[in-house]
Amino acid sequence: MAVSIFTAVPRAPPVAVFKLTADFREDGDARKVNLGVGAYRTDEGQPWVLPVVKKVEQMIANDNSLNHEYLPILGLPEFRANASRIALGDDSPAIKENRIGSVQSLGGTGALRIGAEFLRRWYNGNNNTATPVYISAPSWENHNSVFVDAGFKDIRTYHYWDAAKRGLDLQGLLDDMEKAPEFSIFILHACAHNPTGTDPTPDQWKQIAAVMKRRFLFPFFDSAYQGFASGSLDKDAWAVRYFVSEGFELFCAQSFSKNFGLYNERVGNLTVVGKDADNVQRVLSQMEKIVRTTWSNPPSQGARIVATTLASPQLFAEWKDNVKTMADRVLLMRSELRSRLESLGTPGTWNHITEQIGMFSFTGLSPKQVEYMIKEKHIYLMASGRINMCGLTTKNLDYVAKSIHEAVTKIQ
Amino acid sequence: SSSWWSHVEMGPPDPILGVTEAFKRDSNSKKMNLGVGAYRDDNGKPFVLSCVRKAEAMIASKKMDKEYLPIGGLADFTRASAELALGENSEAFKSGRYVTVQGISGTGSLRIGANFLQRFFKASRDVYLPKPSWGNHTPIFRDAGLQLQAYRYYDPKTCSLDFSGAMDDISKIPEKSIILLHACAHNPTGVDPRQEQWKELAATVKKRNLLVYFDMAYQGFASGDINRDAWAVRYFIDQGINVLLSQSYAKNMGLYGERAGAFTVICSDAEEAKRVESQLKILIRPMYSNPPVNGARIASTILNTPDLRKEWLVEVKGMADRIISMRTQLVANLKKEGSSHNWQHITDQIGMFCFTGLKPEQVERLTKEFSIYMTKDGRISVAGVTSGNVGYLAHAIHQVTK
Repeated sequence: MAVSIFTAVPRAPPVAVFKLTADFREDGDARKVNLGVGAYRTDEGQPWVLPVVKKVEQMIANDNSLNHEYLPILGLPEFRANASRIALGDDSPAIKENRIGSVQSLGGTGALRIGAEFLRRWYNGNNNTATPVYISAPSWENHNSVFVDAGFKDIRTYHYWDAAKRGLDLQGLLDDMEKAPEFSIFILHACAHNPTGTDPTPDQWKQIAAVMKRRFLFPFFDSAYQGFASGSLDKDAWAVRYFVSEGFELFCAQSFSKNFGLYNERVGNLTVVGKDADNVQRVLSQMEKIVRTTWSNPPSQGARIVATTLASPQLFAEWKDNVKTMADRVLLMRSELRSRLESLGTPGTWNHITEQIGMFSFTGLSPKQVEYMIKEKHIYLMASGRINMCGLTTKNLDYVAKSIHEAVTKIQ
Repeated sequence: SSSWWSHVEMGPPDPILGVTEAFKRDSNSKKMNLGVGAYRDDNGKPFVLSCVRKAEAMIASKKMDKEYLPIGGLADFTRASAELALGENSEAFKSGRYVTVQGISGTGSLRIGANFLQRFFKASRDVYLPKPSWGNHTPIFRDAGLQLQAYRYYDPKTCSLDFSGAMDDISKIPEKSIILLHACAHNPTGVDPRQEQWKELAATVKKRNLLVYFDMAYQGFASGDINRDAWAVRYFIDQGINVLLSQSYAKNMGLYGERAGAFTVICSDAEEAKRVESQLKILIRPMYSNPPVNGARIASTILNTPDLRKEWLVEVKGMADRIISMRTQLVANLKKEGSSHNWQHITDQIGMFCFTGLKPEQVERLTKEFSIYMTKDGRISVAGVTSGNVGYLAHAIHQVTK
């Protein structure tokens, strides 16, 4: 048998969050709880297809004038315009001044990747792979891979999570920005920071923006939870819009996976804000070339659902309502978990559970305590101590709270 | 104030899209768009297959959730895809010594493979493409970090395969280079090797120890027979050549905008396939995390539901037959017009595209005088020809070539 060219291909480790779910599936214990992967669950622990999505899908299915033809390379025009409008606001000066662009992408990941590929080719010179890219410590683990695979050679972290005080390390963050080389790229979570659930306050965002402006740092926003974090689209977009109002040129990678529950349809959008229309046109023309060699043109189903919903005042209102339903359930689980831990007298403080925002909470559990939770209690969470609040239900809250209490008291 | 993007050049317009843009602006009622490669029915309309509509209804009735697919895609889809390409009796398929991941149609599947080769195939950076090839092949491999070379393929003098030229060039390709082959319905020429020629190509490729990457975007769509169209891929594998393969369901299932495709690596054994699969996932995750479900679910439902699969085979043959019929009618009409040229290549060529042999000046006249739009290289999409306009097309071609 001929020696294979792939003999030397090593086995890659599985992506942690999916391995967690795989382990959860194989667990036969009836008490098991999955607090791992970031997808919304109902109080029955089930996935939830938004009622407005069901409605719109039926509309699409009944529309015989629709076919499966290719979308343009940059995507469905109605989707692109509406998606960017959602992020920037109806009254955005950038939209009025016609200096925004949009690229329909395969989820938030796809939008990040197109943006990263573009920046590597065209930002801070031509093909400058040495431009530092700063990612928060911690961050979504895929951020690092996106920028590495896009060709950047100098990926750094910026201070973000203060484990001791369980909150934002603003001073560390600002210091890193002061020290960062000019023109460095900073990946900012627009809201509901993953995995910590800890966002800067508006005042803190103002300080961040001031430093970034002074030091010519490039803001690349990752917005995967707009509406889902606070329940308000506008509130969750405040930071992005503030930066726009401060005159920044920026990118914003948007995901509609969570706020529309369209996870597997891969609906995302890269919003580009530039100084003027001419610049944006040239940027889009180059992004088109990047898209053409990555996926040629994006999938149509998810974009149609979102575009139809956002373009209709009635459907839009229904959607906002569905989003608020999800956000409210998360908020309820936060307050219920915190109150139980405080009632149990679990050592430590637990206000961070309700102060954090979005799908995730950085519990502060140590790796050993996490191991205990998984092995002894069959409660699956990330080694970082991150839990998905959506995995909590009125039925399992008591069990989870008691288990956390045990883990904290038994394991130091 | 200045912008970060002041130095960013305007990207050149896509030549094929440019054709469609110009076509849209033309007010001539007789205008014909023979540019972009999407199937049209005999009324010139997009065609949604009946088996696709049925599959969609079946899927809708199941009321499934929208949870993320695995990184490698929908398992029922990838398995059915591999079986479709390799054949149910394939030893490689039955032994499990392959990995198939869902890709974003043909482009996405090609790109995954290109990135995989860049990262793990250290023997060579060179990818050999046929001359000419699909315009997007070059930038895909280049963006993945590989270098492009070419082997002779199309003979413009005969409008057919330059077989001796191809064999000559391929026999000189440095060992362990990567060679890309169009499995069937070569794009843009429509010129495919005959089976005896494929056999010789396989022997040469094997002798030169080349890594073979097949692009199969038209299985079923070329001859109307899925097994016949996959013959070359299956033959190569039978000869012990462990190929890479990209598949698209854009044309053969009319799923264009749903982006259904697959990338396959034939491996030494199932264990190697698992290692390769794990690395493909590492490549996919930072690109788009996991693939879109809709197209894959439709394709999977069709392939895995016997009645729908039967219906699909009939419909894809119907599309292929209509194309073949238009080729025949075009040649017949050219004869009727009194053309003295040899147009046999139009019926010899296969698939969606036809390299007419028309020169740029003639193409320009066709556009300016007759509002017939095609790419400058003389390529026409036969899918844009209908029984209603084939006479007009023949007339116009005769006018610019007599």
